[in-house]
Amino acid sequence: MEKFGQLSAKACPLMLPNLNTDQILPARYLKWPRSKGLGSVLFQDLRLDGNGNEREDFLLNQPSWHGCKILLAGRNFGGGSSREAAVYALCDHGFRCIVAPSFGDIFAQNAVKNGLLTAVVSEGDIAEIAAVVSRDPERPVLVNLVQQVIVCGNRTYAFDIDPVSRNQLVNGWDDVDLTENYRERISKFRAGDEIQRPWAAPAKSRRKS
Amino acid sequence: MNEPQTVIDKLWSSHEIVRREDGACLVWIDRHYVHEGSFHAFSQMKARGRAIAEPGLTFGIADHYVPTRRAEPIANPEIAAMVRNFEANAAESDIMLFGLRDPRQGIVHVVGPEQGLTLPGLTIVCGDSHTSTHGAFGAYAFGIGASEVAHVLMTQTLWQKKPKSMRITVNGTAAPGVGAKDIALAIIAHVGADGARGHAIEFSGNAIRGLSMEGRMTLCNMSIEAGGRLGIVAPDKKTFAYLKGRPFAPNADLFDRAVEAWSTIVSDPDASFDREVSLDGGAIAPIVTWGTTPDDALPIDGQVPDPACEADPARAKYLREALDYMAIEPGKKLTEIAIDRVFIGSCTNSRIEDLRAAAAVLAGRVSKVPGLVSPGSSTVKRQAEEEGLDRIFRDAGLEWADSGCSMCVGINGDIVPPGERCASTTNRNFRGRQGPGARTHLMSPAMVAAAAVSGRLADVRPLLAGRKA
Repeated sequence: MEKFGQLSAKACPLMLPNLNTDQILPARYLKWPRSKGLGSVLFQDLRLDGNGNEREDFLLNQPSWHGCKILLAGRNFGGGSSREAAVYALCDHGFRCIVAPSFGDIFAQNAVKNGLLTAVVSEGDIAEIAAVVSRDPERPVLVNLVQQVIVCGNRTYAFDIDPVSRNQLVNGWDDVDLTENYRERISKFRAGDEIQRPWAAPAKSRRKS
Repeated sequence: MNEPQTVIDKLWSSHEIVRREDGACLVWIDRHYVHEGSFHAFSQMKARGRAIAEPGLTFGIADHYVPTRRAEPIANPEIAAMVRNFEANAAESDIMLFGLRDPRQGIVHVVGPEQGLTLPGLTIVCGDSHTSTHGAFGAYAFGIGASEVAHVLMTQTLWQKKPKSMRITVNGTAAPGVGAKDIALAIIAHVGADGARGHAIEFSGNAIRGLSMEGRMTLCNMSIEAGGRLGIVAPDKKTFAYLKGRPFAPNADLFDRAVEAWSTIVSDPDASFDREVSLDGGAIAPIVTWGTTPDDALPIDGQVPDPACEADPARAKYLREALDYMAIEPGKKLTEIAIDRVFIGSCTNSRIEDLRAAAAVLAGRVSKVPGLVSPGSSTVKRQAEEEGLDRIFRDAGLEWADSGCSMCVGINGDIVPPGERCASTTNRNFRGRQGPGARTHLMSPAMVAAAAVSGRLADVRPLLAGRKA
């Protein structure tokens, strides 16, 4: 996985609260393969009106926000369904970082696995950042993961992220590669557990030891 | 003396293989359920040139995309391809498959328990947020995304950080006509849709103990709608009785040994939780949702909020937008809201007890709106037919279909048409959840039946007078 150090980019102040994964990526696009790219259907039902035309009042449709890589969102971003394709849609659209007062647990886990940073800031701080970029969309916002700060205008805001996720993003760790280092420990656990909890195996298992 | 432990502590420590300095732990996974939507994970595994680690602990169950009218071949080519692709992945990885034509097919979260695959003390994962359902058995069960599904396929383990713990105690006795769904919605309304974020929940108290296994599944299922990572009910005699003799549950002597081990999966008396919440079960009335998040839930005798009476401008804005999407006038009485259709099904409420509860209201009555009933599994379907429940639904004018996720997530083609209002036993009332522009009201199966015969949201209690609920 690509390491995440720092990012300087335009930040779109979408700011809507409770944007669950059904809003980020409606279920009817879940059968699309990743190779097709999901960026074009990100926020599809918020982006288009009932007739399939782009809604002018939806920020990501406005030219000012083209090319933004940071999304400023309201609280509880990414709650609901575990669909990782919601993260694919954000990444494929070009986002590298979502800033919000809180995130759905599964969404935040999925994000880190795809190198997407979820930065938690207070309601007050995000409102200030949103106010600055709303006035001046071209002004880049700097996100530094090593120092855990966001720099916007002449102010610096600290953000929270789970230390495990931070380590993974900063180092570009890949879970499967990491787990390889523990193969022996896993085998040992499995062997001991079979003796400890013989009832845990499915009765009709075709498992061969 | 050892520190007193919660159920969550006990299940966690029995599965931890490695603990890193930053708090990440490698945990062993006892059961892995996969479905048609898991295709990203199989692709990731193949892209790495890897194979499945433990096919014997992985079970494939077709539910998300399967049509609920089983005409063959599947008419929609995209949906047919999803089902075929799943069958091919399962065959290639030597995974036992409960496929479209299997008599045991159904919704993952109904089939797992029904087959005795779900057991107390297990870690259970699936690429579906409602995996929390299995916590009803005292299992540590949670939903994961595709990358984690791929990791489990390749290693049978996951990197996880132990969540904070929260105990939700519901004491008292639920009144007649009030079921697990009402308790779940009452909890969600109380703590908020993200109130349990970052927490594993243990449900306790008389009202929870009083629930059947089906009821406990409904409750744990909706832990995620309270923002929780998972929900657990400590196993007891009801749990053991439910599991005894199930096809994949331990048999003969091993079952007794298992019960002995399972009986220790309780929180120690002095164990402390990061958060405690309690509710009076006797005070809970039948509940419906009115808005676009599950915590927009109110007792049926209430009225929807009026944004003009809301002091907080952000909240007032939300209320206006939600009421606008739902096409409901501010302050309207819930029982005055007319509906266009009903749906009974989903991993939340499609088990035999749910169908019986709906049928008890519908018997001898006619639905004023069209509706679909999709049993939680093919097994539930057969049992309902043996009990004559299908006749009651059909005589009431509802369609009796096959099993799958169906109109809860709408990806198999069962959708609520744009602008229509549906009284639904499902778990999410999000905008567009049941189809673009669909308007969803969540409630119990009995309350959906009451809405069906009334043509509007309605209190089930008067309709149960003189009947055996």
